Amino acid sequence: MSVGGSSSSSSSSSKWSRSKMDNDGDQRPHILAVDDNLIDRKLVEKLLVNSSCKVTTAENGHRALEFLGLRDDQTNSSVNIGSKVSMIITDYCMPGMTGYELLKKIKGSSILKEVPVVIMSSENVPTRINKCLEEGAQMFILKPLKQSDVKKLQCLIY
Amino acid sequence: MDAVHLKRQLITFTEQLFREGFLDEQFNQLQQLQDENNPNFVVEVVSLFFQDTERLLDELSKALDQANLDFKKVDGHVHQLKGSSSSIGAQRVQRTCIIFRNYCNEKNVQACLKCLQVVKHEFALLKSKMETLFNLEQQILAAGGPPSI
Repeated sequence: MSVGGSSSSSSSSSKWSRSKMDNDGDQRPHILAVDDNLIDRKLVEKLLVNSSCKVTTAENGHRALEFLGLRDDQTNSSVNIGSKVSMIITDYCMPGMTGYELLKKIKGSSILKEVPVVIMSSENVPTRINKCLEEGAQMFILKPLKQSDVKKLQCLIY
Repeated sequence: MDAVHLKRQLITFTEQLFREGFLDEQFNQLQQLQDENNPNFVVEVVSLFFQDTERLLDELSKALDQANLDFKKVDGHVHQLKGSSSSIGAQRVQRTCIIFRNYCNEKNVQACLKCLQVVKHEFALLKSKMETLFNLEQQILAAGGPPSI
């Protein structure tokens, strides 16, 4: 099972703005991180957890859509987990479904189109960056991810 | 040896790793992420990297051994390795991967085979040095010293 949640203790001073209330009263922002690379998943998870976020990771676009309740065969329910996600951060280069294709699906969803999507990539390709921003990505981050990148993400959480 | 001497040894050894390009700034990022909640974070991630790399090198050996070489497949594996080595700060491995990918693009079999040897060698070197580093950290903890830098 590739979608895995992680529990974490929050730091005493949360630098994030108030997030929506989770089912269990957890007010931490809930971020979905999508990346086919295991080490990168670990890194992004730790970076976000250290910034007082709740993190769910997915190893590809299909698992991400499944988690968000956006898979073709899933019914669109406003009570699904997807609506409680504060942000989605995804790698661009993934086999099967690229981060760009995932972005399009999210922006094409009436429920999730307002959720900020951040694209990560190890390659600095201006046409790629522009394409993602035009499709509605909030930000494009160059890998490898650092603590300073997470600081930039904080303003995106609603 | 007491904690102070071991600590000095660790600092010197780590500085050398940075100087020789085995590690870069990104490794510092990993160390900064380690905290009381996750005191073994660096060891865990680096160990995962070792396992994952061994798997990728295996896949690469197999892929390059095929009669009908699928360069896209080979490139896919190298891309993965480039990504994970970059994320943990394994600079020399990462740089070898960049060269490797260029040869994949050129569909140059011999050069790819050579690159595989080089990346295996670089990985073996890195692994050995990281094991020394982690060993020193363990000794420091055992000698009652504070946790790593």
